[in-house]
Amino acid sequence: MDLDHINVILATDCGSTTSKARFFKKVENEYRFVASGEAPTTVESPFENVCLGVRNAVREVEELTGHKILTENGILMPCNGKEGVDLYVTTSSAGGGLQMMVAGVIKSMTAESAERAALGAGAIVMDVMAIDDGRPVHEKIEAMRNLRPDMILIAGGTDGGTITHVARTVELVASAEPKPRLGLGYKLPIVYAGNKDASEYVKKLLNDTYALKLVDNIRPVLEIERPEPARDAIHELFMEHVMSHAPGYDKLMKWTSVPIMPTPAAEGKMIRTVAETFNVNVIGVGLGGATTNVYSVYEGKFVRTVSANLGMSYSICNVLKETGIENIMRWLPFDLDAADVRNRLRNKMIRPTTIPHTLEDLMIEHAVAREALRLGFMHHKLLARPLRGVKIQRDISEIFKQETFEETYIDMLKIDWIVGTGGLLSRAPRRAQSALILIDAFQPEGITKLAQDSVFMMPHLGVLSTVHSKAAMEIFEKDCLVRVGTCVAPRGIAQKEDEEAMSLKVEMPNGTIIEEKLKFGTIKRIPLKEQEKAKVEIKPTHGFDVGAGPGRALNAVVDGGVVGLIIDTRGRPILLPKDDKERRNKLFEWFKALDTYPKKV
Amino acid sequence: MSSQAYTPGLKRKEKCVVKKVRKLPVPGEVLVKVGETVSPDTVIARASVPGKPVTCNIAYKLGVDPNEIERYILKKFGDPITENEPIALYKSLFGLIKRACPSPCNGTIEHISNVTGQVIIREPPIEIEVNAYIPGTVIETLPKEGAVIQSPAAFIQGIFGIGGEAYGELMMVSEKPEDVVEPKNITSDCKGKVLVGGALVTGDALRKALEVGAKAIVVGGINEMDLKNFLGYEIGVAITGHEKIGLTLILTEGFGEMRMLENTFDILKKFDGELACVNGATQIRAGVLRPEVIIPRGDISLDEFQEFEEDSCSQSTGLKVGTLVRIIREPYFGALGKVVRLPAKLQKIETESHVRVLEVELKDKTRVTVPRANVEIIEE
Repeated sequence: MDLDHINVILATDCGSTTSKARFFKKVENEYRFVASGEAPTTVESPFENVCLGVRNAVREVEELTGHKILTENGILMPCNGKEGVDLYVTTSSAGGGLQMMVAGVIKSMTAESAERAALGAGAIVMDVMAIDDGRPVHEKIEAMRNLRPDMILIAGGTDGGTITHVARTVELVASAEPKPRLGLGYKLPIVYAGNKDASEYVKKLLNDTYALKLVDNIRPVLEIERPEPARDAIHELFMEHVMSHAPGYDKLMKWTSVPIMPTPAAEGKMIRTVAETFNVNVIGVGLGGATTNVYSVYEGKFVRTVSANLGMSYSICNVLKETGIENIMRWLPFDLDAADVRNRLRNKMIRPTTIPHTLEDLMIEHAVAREALRLGFMHHKLLARPLRGVKIQRDISEIFKQETFEETYIDMLKIDWIVGTGGLLSRAPRRAQSALILIDAFQPEGITKLAQDSVFMMPHLGVLSTVHSKAAMEIFEKDCLVRVGTCVAPRGIAQKEDEEAMSLKVEMPNGTIIEEKLKFGTIKRIPLKEQEKAKVEIKPTHGFDVGAGPGRALNAVVDGGVVGLIIDTRGRPILLPKDDKERRNKLFEWFKALDTYPKKV
Repeated sequence: MSSQAYTPGLKRKEKCVVKKVRKLPVPGEVLVKVGETVSPDTVIARASVPGKPVTCNIAYKLGVDPNEIERYILKKFGDPITENEPIALYKSLFGLIKRACPSPCNGTIEHISNVTGQVIIREPPIEIEVNAYIPGTVIETLPKEGAVIQSPAAFIQGIFGIGGEAYGELMMVSEKPEDVVEPKNITSDCKGKVLVGGALVTGDALRKALEVGAKAIVVGGINEMDLKNFLGYEIGVAITGHEKIGLTLILTEGFGEMRMLENTFDILKKFDGELACVNGATQIRAGVLRPEVIIPRGDISLDEFQEFEEDSCSQSTGLKVGTLVRIIREPYFGALGKVVRLPAKLQKIETESHVRVLEVELKDKTRVTVPRANVEIIEE
């Protein structure tokens, strides 16, 4: 591929609800986003052809730009100056995305490593089986027979160790005879990433019936987790086996010469790009209609988790189920009947493509989004934790800290960026809304930059970056990444209300000095535009920490954004007043401080 | 620049030809022939699913190493075995010490592993059947899979349902589409019937319908809390149809008190007393599986019907000036009207979002502007 001659690029994402086309062009020697088109995904009955949805989305791009892209048989390539595109790439999570089952020997060790590898490859993990998962064998077999995964990943044992346990897992899989979800006639792909000494036995049991791929052990020794070979094998088998059997994908695969990537894998790739480009710790989140993907790149470790049933359309009622109506209602600054809210959420579930028309409806969806993200992050922290089974020498001070192995290694004070993507965040009418949703859900501590995807194109750029990283990065910097602002939030809780939490001195770009003493329980916005920087001197009071230690001052340079500098002294964790009227007033006060919603509220 | 498409509406047809593809989940034997007349409970196809595998750790039970089990095993691969029959026997000290390992189930020996010391016994196959679900004629057989049944019918798609396939006589329990179904409307006459209500069914009425043995209820709406209480749990994602509750519920409009669409109510009323085949299975994903009411029509010949296959729902018509639509989101949820304007440019709505909108003239002649995503087409 001659990258210098690529001037017009089309990227699509076949999502669970919507197929989204993004159109990019080289303008004055720089790649820029030009237009987008969207249409319902058509992978399932009655259409059962993913290409129809892609064509409808691309047709919208054609209508909006007047640039012809489609031919009767697919995408017109290459571009002749007026028509066609030079490069077409696509991602897919349609039809539920890549659904995997993983199995390991010990739940908190090899099974957990296998789960992390599958998630990192962009899969939805339907079940994690382990010898010690507490379920009787017949239940596990029953579950395997009913699951119908797209692929299975088996791990277990360290190289050179006993093969008995991993062999038991493999025998279990072989006897359960799991069937693939798509196309009963094809061989279900299985990736084996366990003790290499068991490879011959695994081949003997599985090679004839399944599309077996043997890769290096995910945990060659207990102290090391090596997910890359398993992840690469999953991507390869995803293209070779799963995609080629999904309705219409055989055709879609011919439209593009670049392998189709699972949407979360492409999204994760862009989050990693942010972390690597700016050399920072990042939390990324993709809040979709059906699922919530959370990514973290923390001190070089990349972890992705997916909460398969937390989303804003199909899965909106699962958020209700998981968190409870009270937790959703607590984010609403007005009095509404809980039964009415429940009915509204159900109606959104059954008509998932509708959008909020009234402010009240918008705020209900924003309340659900806070809870979906909060739950998704809780789930993420369960997997973003140190490797189990590793012998750790602790000194006396660590013993007294009483840290347990269950704790995540993510320290919010060390998170530099939070990046949000997905329909609800990208389409929020005001950026302050998405900023506050991210802050309320993730509760950043210290100094944290907030950014978001402008019109949902991170997956598109993720897959584009695999073949044209220059184009992907230029579009990412100029058109995709919206710098929302910087959040300054001390860790800690005040003993009494109205207590001072910190004092702040800001030197604005024009030299103006802003000095503030901030009380606990408040939030404040200081306008600071994108590309602008300000010097801050933060002096937290005793018991509050912004990163330098409790009560210790911190000097830093902070970046602006479309919302600006957000000073959040509401405490960590954020505690809402128990009294309903007080709670509503507090929410009003916070929303007003950031100019979050129109005056009607 | 961006835009978004609209939601296609639900199907409501008084006359159409319904074709139902009835398939086994695994290959099996097809029991009907093309041209054969079938009733809802006619078995179309039958298959055997391999039985459950049951593991038995011989090495552990006999207290020997896995690689030694071949010395003690009494059965070989493929041998039939009955429950409690010894699979292996350990003897030592001239037979004074004996330890037997009995089979945990009936079945056949499928795998003997000298790596793990396990034996896997496959239970006898399980028979599964698929029935016709609707009365009609077999128009096609699908080798080893099933058949396609065709019937002239009235066809109504619901928006959400619970419970699986059922059939019974249609029975109106509401007089008007705005009526609420209360326990007093449910009598012992409802036994075995597919009940049709108006705007809402209360939780108590639903329980009474179950008590008297009604097969199904088709109604405009239900309060979410009533459904939760009735099921005993909260539905997370909308994948339904598997509930074993003894009653199928089909909502034609949504959650809350929602007047049933006149057209739907009239079709159901017209066929009061006729056989209706219903399925509450719902799967809301792109493409969607919606619940359905099929009222087979033996009163008119096939030629008089408009061709309509259950899977041919199309988005062909699209939104035009004059299209009859229903608004499906607040603040005008449920309102019916005709499209009078389709502005091409994005417009700012109350939330401050810039979206594609349309103008609808409601029945009382007032005109409202709503996002295009918030209407569904009503087929006239």
